[in-house]
Amino acid sequence: MIASHYVYWMLFAVMLTGLYVVISHANLLKKLIGLSVFQVGVFLFFISLGKVTGGSAPIISPDIQTYSHPLPQVLILTAIVVGVATLAVGLALAVRIFEAYGTVEEADLIARDPAQPASGLTAADDDAGER
Amino acid sequence: MTTFALINVTLLGILLATALAIARMRALYEATMLAALLSLVTATLFVLLDAVDVAFTEAAVGVGISTVLLLGVLALTRSWEAVTSQRRRLPGLLVVVLAGGALVYASQDLPAFGAADSPVQLHPVTDAYLYESQDEVGIPNTVTAVLASYRALDTLGELVVVFTAGLAVLSVLGPLARPEQTRPGADFHLADYRVIRVITRLLLPFILVFALYVLFHGEYGPGGGFQAGVIFATGAVLYGLVFGLDRAQQVIPSWALWLFICLGLLLYLGLGVATMLLGGSFLDYDVLSPGHPETGQHLGILLVEMAIGTTVSAVMAMIFFSFASRGASR
Repeated sequence: MIASHYVYWMLFAVMLTGLYVVISHANLLKKLIGLSVFQVGVFLFFISLGKVTGGSAPIISPDIQTYSHPLPQVLILTAIVVGVATLAVGLALAVRIFEAYGTVEEADLIARDPAQPASGLTAADDDAGER
Repeated sequence: MTTFALINVTLLGILLATALAIARMRALYEATMLAALLSLVTATLFVLLDAVDVAFTEAAVGVGISTVLLLGVLALTRSWEAVTSQRRRLPGLLVVVLAGGALVYASQDLPAFGAADSPVQLHPVTDAYLYESQDEVGIPNTVTAVLASYRALDTLGELVVVFTAGLAVLSVLGPLARPEQTRPGADFHLADYRVIRVITRLLLPFILVFALYVLFHGEYGPGGGFQAGVIFATGAVLYGLVFGLDRAQQVIPSWALWLFICLGLLLYLGLGVATMLLGGSFLDYDVLSPGHPETGQHLGILLVEMAIGTTVSAVMAMIFFSFASRGASR
């Protein structure tokens, strides 16, 4: 089991590290970096399912018999470019949020939002940590 | 086999260590550089997994474009993250433990890594893509054949997503969303350093020619429209970084970028309509050259790759210029 599945498990660990950053960290930019880490784990997992032991890259040549599967590669290739495009949208929104609120920390954002009743409770401990 | 497993485990270990370091790091510039390292290790792993086209893309996108974008945004905002409070850590850990348990439990049903008799390999489509494609499409790189011919509609969808993301960035950060047009006089130029200036001048033609090579060689080796577009955009980004935004926009004015973004997508869609007018189905290139389906396929794939390259490079360059000009106008 370990010998045949270790690749999947290590990639799960990478994915989950990214997921943890997305959920736990309050900084919007750090969340986006975490999302990229999560994405990398998913990409590698997807490609690893198409790999054949002793196979070669799926570029047909007369001297090669075994090839890895091309379809997962095609799907991930386009997903990478789409991934950077969506990352750019996220970053653009983060820039606008910073210009409007002067912060990219979630707790401060909620505290400074005019629509929010001014309780100031949520921002206190994160503010202390920043200094 | 054991050597392969050893290299694999080592690289995966580096990958995991980098990911953990990113999670712990509060300095975001450092985290960004580690993310670039993560992409580089990922690209190496893609090569090990026989996905050379994907490795190419990941190296160009992950190490090049997304690092530059993240650094640009950090320069506009804060580069230091606040301490994550204990209260926030617990739900994250809980989700990770639950999701991890579910994944590992489910992974028992997965075929062994590298198995030749896995459902992926036994599906009839494998033979169609690997061997029948040689007669139907006639190009050695099956990744390109699947990307631009068999699943061309899928790729069109992806290109529309890139196009839409470009529009979104433009509407959030573009000239319409920037009421004041004041620009400080003192613009910092890397071109003041002679070494950087001369090396950039020397490198630029090679980068652009290489992008064209990647574009037109995608049928025979690793490469294609997505990679070429990103490499082309890297050239534009390098020029903008070194010689300043004003000069870069003299070379490539914004309206030209907007034109290219639309032109690429229109070329792709137009090709689909043309094949329909010629009597085939949407994006069926066989009808482009009656009697010689292979020639038609070659022509269709080349046009589609050019369309992808045009839109992707223009979107990437436009995104970079949007972020960079935001900094200059502050």
